[in-house]
Amino acid sequence: MNAPQTKAPAGREQRILEIIETARSKRPRFKDERITMAHGAGGKATQTLIEGLLAPAFASETLDQLADAGAVTIEGLGLALTTDTYVVRPLRFPGGSIGELAVNGTVNDLAAAGARALAISLALVLEEGLEADVLRGEVEAIAETARAAGVEVVTGDTKVVERGLADGIYVNTSGIGRLDPRATLSPAALEPGDRVLVSRTIGEHGTAIMLARGELGLDAEVESDTRSLWPVAEALISAAGQELRTMRDATRGGVATVLNELARASGVGISVAEAEIPVRADVAGACELLGIDPMYVANEGVMVAVVAPGRAEAALEALRSVPGCEAAKEIAEVRAEPPRMVLVETAFGGRRVMDLLAGDPLPRIC
Amino acid sequence: MKYVDEFRDAELGRALAGEILASVDPDRHYKLMEVCGGHTHSIYKYGIDDLLPDNVELVHGPGCPVCVIPMGRVDDGIALAREPGVILTCFGDMMRVPGSDGTFLDAKASGCDIRMVYSPLDALRIAKENPDRTVVFFAIGFETTAPSTALTLKRAKAEGVPNFLCMCSHVTIVPPLRALLESPDLRLDGFIGPGHVSTIVGVRPFEFIPADYGRPLVTAGFEPLDILHSIRMILAQLGEGRCEVENQYTRVVPYEGNVAALRVMSEVFELRPHFEWRGLGFISQSALKLSPAYAELDAELRYEVPGVRVADPKACQCGEVLKGVIKPWECKVFGTACTPEHAIGTCMVSPEGACAAYYNYGRYARTRGEEATVA
Repeated sequence: MNAPQTKAPAGREQRILEIIETARSKRPRFKDERITMAHGAGGKATQTLIEGLLAPAFASETLDQLADAGAVTIEGLGLALTTDTYVVRPLRFPGGSIGELAVNGTVNDLAAAGARALAISLALVLEEGLEADVLRGEVEAIAETARAAGVEVVTGDTKVVERGLADGIYVNTSGIGRLDPRATLSPAALEPGDRVLVSRTIGEHGTAIMLARGELGLDAEVESDTRSLWPVAEALISAAGQELRTMRDATRGGVATVLNELARASGVGISVAEAEIPVRADVAGACELLGIDPMYVANEGVMVAVVAPGRAEAALEALRSVPGCEAAKEIAEVRAEPPRMVLVETAFGGRRVMDLLAGDPLPRIC
Repeated sequence: MKYVDEFRDAELGRALAGEILASVDPDRHYKLMEVCGGHTHSIYKYGIDDLLPDNVELVHGPGCPVCVIPMGRVDDGIALAREPGVILTCFGDMMRVPGSDGTFLDAKASGCDIRMVYSPLDALRIAKENPDRTVVFFAIGFETTAPSTALTLKRAKAEGVPNFLCMCSHVTIVPPLRALLESPDLRLDGFIGPGHVSTIVGVRPFEFIPADYGRPLVTAGFEPLDILHSIRMILAQLGEGRCEVENQYTRVVPYEGNVAALRVMSEVFELRPHFEWRGLGFISQSALKLSPAYAELDAELRYEVPGVRVADPKACQCGEVLKGVIKPWECKVFGTACTPEHAIGTCMVSPEGACAAYYNYGRYARTRGEEATVA
């Protein structure tokens, strides 16, 4: 990529760069003939599905923001509404289970929007033949997790489908919460100079799931990080108030995908200091063996927050006082250039672009 | 990570970068090719380009084993996966390589049973667990992965697993290098030699490069210090007027290679008379197929695969990009017919290929170039 003779691009090169730029800045069009697993992975294919098919169909300004939760105002009261469906194999894994994910994930989508969860719904799709004890275990997990998060399950639904048409249990939860009036959050609010914080070590949930599937023959005691992020959100709002730009729950696609979405939404660049990214040694080792970057691995208890520079230190201190967030770090800074791109200053001293993935991170042979 | 972090020490990296800067002739432009896709990945991952002087340019070579698989072979794999009862297995990054009618991922979405494995032995295990199905391992890779395929085939034969087959697209590293070197318009000054391949084949097979073509080659490891060190060694040779094969990766690569692995390869495989490389065309004796002793395990003999050659569009100029003759944007189809979403040539198929990198990050590369001018 080194440009040996540096000169202003001219003629054909300039035209080609313009063609590419036009193609990239257009809203993606959904042209695929079938749904593939890549559409569910959180990367470019997911973005094409959402921005190319779903968002345009509903023409909602709130939806168009593509935030973790949508804002609804009822007689002057600011509420946030979100929904999420949980499909995971295996149903139980070190550190959690589908039931815990289903509560925490929805609580966290609300928390990222700056709203404390008040009530959630619970819908279960069950596969014929599912052992009742497995279901009982998940129902208990849901009840226990909801109690811990201080949220009430107020309505629900059950459906059973024939054997083979589902994978044990699928769960959907929707949640409603009250927006904290102390903060005004938007993914489009980033400004040059802002700092990016992560609430704890990254990559643990996705790594725990990969290892729990037992296909890799690797042993490591990595547990899912599933937890409620409301204490994290509240600490950040208290510490930074109106200087808190936005928060994101870094689930599928990992922290890298969140940063790319924010850079696009705000039209800014984000420069990541790789040496500052908190990753446990066993997670780093497992990812190294698979050729996967932990920045793209899913989390279920990591908040990414962007804070104005003046409040960054206070916000970081507040984060670290939340139990489980002692490893919180400032990992990146917002820049004016290059717009809509995430760059990494590597720990080795070089730089690279951290783009959206096309689909799932795939293990490399070379 | 012990024994890894030591080779990623930023301070030592800066020191090596300083030595490299001191050793280059400022009036000369150096083009070095890293042959192996693994090196390309490391260079990209650690941002090694940034640590090099402006007049040292790295050119990404033909050594990405998934990107060089031509469309016709992908089509053949999908045809096999459509046969009743077949489970097709392959390495993860093969899933996204386009054929003439989509990728393995697309075929999976339309109902084929295609599974990702981490080792050929996983494919053999799947065969044993599914005795009423036929399991085909879609084998790809240079000499690095060929021995593990060979050992798996030996085991399948010894254990008599009747439902395990292999579709072999293993390739060899020397013929494409020779094809590049034969080109009259080659503009490369030296080579970073493929470390993983060399653990198997040793260093000797590369001696023709300095001897016949007058270019130095240094076999290198994959950590950032390995790569900088090997660049330092190549530049030292160029500076001192030496031209030879040197081994930077001595902690892993023996001069003679891995004799046991070479023996099992020669038992299980034989050379194909010719094989098509995506973007590079046909190269004679550049790929492997199963030897007659293993014919019963050869999926291409058991099933009728179309074997149709899907020609790369004539306008594709991957060969010229690889030789360093043209820049990606100078190719006739770049950015129009050939994009990352609809890749034609090998340089666009791999996300780290020269064309894909330029397509995705060209604007950024340009700002970097401008920074360099200002500085």
